[in-house]
Amino acid sequence: MSAVNEAPAGAATVGQRPTAAAKKDRPPIWQRSAFYRYGFLIVILLLWEILGPLVNPIFFSYPSKIAVAFVNLTLSGELIYYLLQSLQVLFYGLSFAIVIGIPLAVLMARVKPVDWALELPVNALYATPMVALVPILVLWFGIYMTAKIIVVFLFAVFPILINTYQGVRECDKNLLEVARSFRSSEWQTWKEVLLPFAVPYIAAGIRLAIGRGLVGMVIAEFYTTISGLGYMITRYANIFEMDKTFVPVILLMFLGVTLTALLKRLERRIAPWSRADT
Amino acid sequence: MSMTTETASAGFAARPGSSLERIRVRRLAKNFGALEVFRDVNFDLGEREIVTIVGPSGCGKTTLLRCIDGLLPVDEGEIWCGREQITEPIAGVAMVFQHFGLFPWKTVYDNVAYGLRMAGVSAAELAERVPQFIKLVGLGGFEHAYPWQMSGGMQQRCGLARALAIEPSVLLMDEPFAAVDAQTREILQFELLRIWETRPTSMIFVTHSIEEAVLMGDRVFVLKGRPSNIAKVVDIDLPRPRSRETLRAARFTELRELVWSTLMKEAREAEFHLER
Ligand SMILES: Nc1ncnc2c1ncn2[C@@H]1O[C@H](COP(=O)(O)OP(=O)(O)OP(=O)(O)O)[C@@H](O)[C@H]1O
Ligand SMILES: [Mg+2]
Repeated sequence: MSAVNEAPAGAATVGQRPTAAAKKDRPPIWQRSAFYRYGFLIVILLLWEILGPLVNPIFFSYPSKIAVAFVNLTLSGELIYYLLQSLQVLFYGLSFAIVIGIPLAVLMARVKPVDWALELPVNALYATPMVALVPILVLWFGIYMTAKIIVVFLFAVFPILINTYQGVRECDKNLLEVARSFRSSEWQTWKEVLLPFAVPYIAAGIRLAIGRGLVGMVIAEFYTTISGLGYMITRYANIFEMDKTFVPVILLMFLGVTLTALLKRLERRIAPWSRADT
Repeated sequence: MSMTTETASAGFAARPGSSLERIRVRRLAKNFGALEVFRDVNFDLGEREIVTIVGPSGCGKTTLLRCIDGLLPVDEGEIWCGREQITEPIAGVAMVFQHFGLFPWKTVYDNVAYGLRMAGVSAAELAERVPQFIKLVGLGGFEHAYPWQMSGGMQQRCGLARALAIEPSVLLMDEPFAAVDAQTREILQFELLRIWETRPTSMIFVTHSIEEAVLMGDRVFVLKGRPSNIAKVVDIDLPRPRSRETLRAARFTELRELVWSTLMKEAREAEFHLER
């Protein structure tokens, strides 16, 4: 009986999304964020378009010319060709960073000796400007895929490792006690409690890793064989075709923004509770 | 040596006439570093008995339950559940937490299923048993809701279902209704009594509410302070099943006053106890 009395009060809150703000009475256009967000972008592009042609085309270019170059490079298949090479490197580098970084982080956070042993090397490597290591890595691992994947991995793994570690360490002690009370094994505790709890931290780590991974990817491509968007940039810069140089640069920018946004969306899907308590 | 300790602990709190005991606590002591939380605690919890524990804040009620659940190592003494000595969490004991302790990333169904899954119960059997317990606590229809979408009362129903689902022989309840509002609390008290009537288990129930202690318990243990101990055991001879009627019985008022005055005496002594 009483159960039925209480339930409807709670039922109203189920499925209710706080974002369901009324669409009708939106504020006037000059008070909306989108107006400034896109307005500013358009102003920049316009200024660039107007002032760009005044500079010597050997050093600079401007939006409409870049757009034409973009279409040409796409139609010739060149852009896609180099993009796929870059994406491949990025994909493997990030995947290894995730697959190695996350378990290692949980291990460090849960097993004291591992933590003691790895704390110093991890922090030291994280603080090292990875760029400095690239020439050495190229020397060690050659100039092909392997070397590039290792560079991306090294750029990307530390933010993932450190964020995951943080998330696991901050895991709710009460929930860990519940897990123990219900006789969870260490592995079950990882799977059922620690990793789900750390999902928002891990996602933040991966977001940082994407940014750093892109940097690593381009640098590796500068140093190594003729492949990828990085190579495209150096090649066209060397022959002073500025419009074509800007195409991969802008594509990289776009790639970073898109991947990060995708991850944010994914995070909201798989960790809806993290939104609930903010 | 052991003879003397046997006789020394002969005065422990055992239910008169109880033959079967579910939980046996002997000479239990627990310290946190220099802090002696309790010393020489002895009692038996009978089969299907409900013992309620009241005592001043910080006297170690939660610590005692955590020891009995096997979550904390004890410094001295022993805890037995049937023939099993408790040093780690065991299958026959389940805890309901004051903070609910629900996993925010799991639905009601998955939260309730948690203990069973850890015990290795198959998915097919889960599908049969979990909904039963969800219905038992009145959460039918909310299987797919997440904890953060529910009221405190509903969350604790879920916590209760999770504990009941592993069909423990002993339930440990640490102020289970302290975090919900007064009306919900009252509803949940009678719900729990109803559920207990249908499947009576042994229970240790910690509470701050004297009224709740008397309403739920067969015996009320009043703890006294530092290092704490069972200062007094009050037998609650109110008939079962208990209901709202029980609250109006003259005997209920009498017992409530008795527990109250005992607790006040202990509290006053604690308050005027000079630190040396
Ligand atoms: N993990 C711990 N480490 C050190 N001291 C602790 C720990 N847990 C509890 N204590 C201390 O032990 C004493 C008993 O705590 P406990 O939580 O068991 O009290 P309680 O009776 O449950 O209090 P309340 O009524 O407020 O819930 C308190 O003084 C507390 O500060
Ligand atoms: Mg407590």
